[in-house]
Amino acid sequence: MEIINFLQYSFIQRAFVAGVLVAVICSALGLFLVLRKMSLIGDGLSHVSFGAIALGLFFGIYPFYVAIPLVILASILILKISEKAQVYGDAAIGVVSAIGISGGVILAGLSHGFNVDLFSYLFGNILAISNTEVILSALLSIIVMAAIYFFYWDLFSATFDEEYAKTTGIKATFINNLLTVLTAVTVVLSIRMVGVMLVSALLILPAVTALQLSRGFKTAMMIGAAASLLSVILGISFSFFLDLPTGATIVMINVVFFGLAFAYKKIS
Amino acid sequence: MSVIIEAKNISVNYGSSEVLKNISFGIEKGDFVGLAGSNGAGKTTLVKALLGLLPLTTGEIELFGENEERFNDWQKIGYLPQKFSTINALFPATVEEVIALGLLSTKKFPKRITATDRKKARALMAELGITEQAKKMLSELSGGQQQKVLLGRALISEPEVLIFDEPSTALDPNSRDAFFKLLQTLNQEKGITIILITHDTGYIGKYANKLLYIDRELIYFGKFSEFCADHKMKSYFGEHEQHIICHQHN
Repeated sequence: MEIINFLQYSFIQRAFVAGVLVAVICSALGLFLVLRKMSLIGDGLSHVSFGAIALGLFFGIYPFYVAIPLVILASILILKISEKAQVYGDAAIGVVSAIGISGGVILAGLSHGFNVDLFSYLFGNILAISNTEVILSALLSIIVMAAIYFFYWDLFSATFDEEYAKTTGIKATFINNLLTVLTAVTVVLSIRMVGVMLVSALLILPAVTALQLSRGFKTAMMIGAAASLLSVILGISFSFFLDLPTGATIVMINVVFFGLAFAYKKIS
Repeated sequence: MSVIIEAKNISVNYGSSEVLKNISFGIEKGDFVGLAGSNGAGKTTLVKALLGLLPLTTGEIELFGENEERFNDWQKIGYLPQKFSTINALFPATVEEVIALGLLSTKKFPKRITATDRKKARALMAELGITEQAKKMLSELSGGQQQKVLLGRALISEPEVLIFDEPSTALDPNSRDAFFKLLQTLNQEKGITIILITHDTGYIGKYANKLLYIDRELIYFGKFSEFCADHKMKSYFGEHEQHIICHQHN
């Protein structure tokens, strides 16, 4: 009975809709990122989001409207720094990440007023998600899913063997840029759910869970999506009934799934 | 015979270092070319330049009569890179999925692998004797089987040219012989032009009809048989070395 009541709350319904969409795109993109050793780009871009959200709050603009374009720009900047400045990708992520965090903290210091709002983005709260945010999440998730669907084999080939992919006419640079931009959008969407501090976990954990169990890339995509979806559904439910922070609960369930997958692989 | 791959005075630099200098040659349809040279001679660089993976500093390359920069028929060229040098070892790809990647050169946006493509992949796997491995992960196979999978990926688009970068590096002598015999069959029965990088200039003479020997610049390009009678090559390699290289060819 309590479960039925729980599902009737509109804030729970909104949380499930946004959570499920974000879970699916995080798991799909995460698999490509993990296999390309780009896992920490999620972390770096979430730090940029922090700065961008601070900028939005500083100028009184809805934070996501500032965060989405700025984080996309930051993702391109990461690629350009590693290409043009002959800096390794992880160092480029570090540079852009530092700009985001320090910019956010400076703006928070200058504002003297929105610290509480800004710091609520550090840990997220999917239960407080608004209708506008659900619609925005749905639209952007559909765009990300469509891009993955249409470029699935290009992404697959360029991730498996980039050099060979180029010899089959695949524009690897375009595919790399596309993946980074899609990641930027996904990171911004995920911040409402788990916050700046835990975004990269949503990208990494379902992927590493899937890689423990999968036999084939398509299977890996499905296992990753299932683990991600379940952790969001269970995370929202547990956090409601046990009065726990939602984002951290979702991430801890993802960790449990990874532990189980790892143990299963070792036993079998 | 028509020239299908032509290099015209090509040079390639890595920064200020000149790796290839003024190299010219023309590979004809049906050739089996052994591309040889010592370590650091620029063999892989030359192949990457042919495939458009590296920019030329000077000169030009024509593929099937078209300037490489405008060339789009990549399905005509199959490439087998140095074993696993570029492959993501953790990638959970099955044999079937890896072979299907070779078909992407024949596809336009949005690229899709269809039921017909999977059927074609299964037929090719049967031909290569790896049907039972179809659902296995690439990392679970032996070196010889992995090489066949990568060969399958290169062959599935029915290319007219196959380019190999040291395909026998990780193979034991028996697997190496079997692999080279398979290449010989593809060359002689299907008429596929083959360019194969090798360290073993003597061994490749058993299979190849032409030798392309470089040491940052072109040392020799021509028929093996003519190489063995070439006095200039005798003075370059020394009589003993030339004899070793030619021993298996003869």
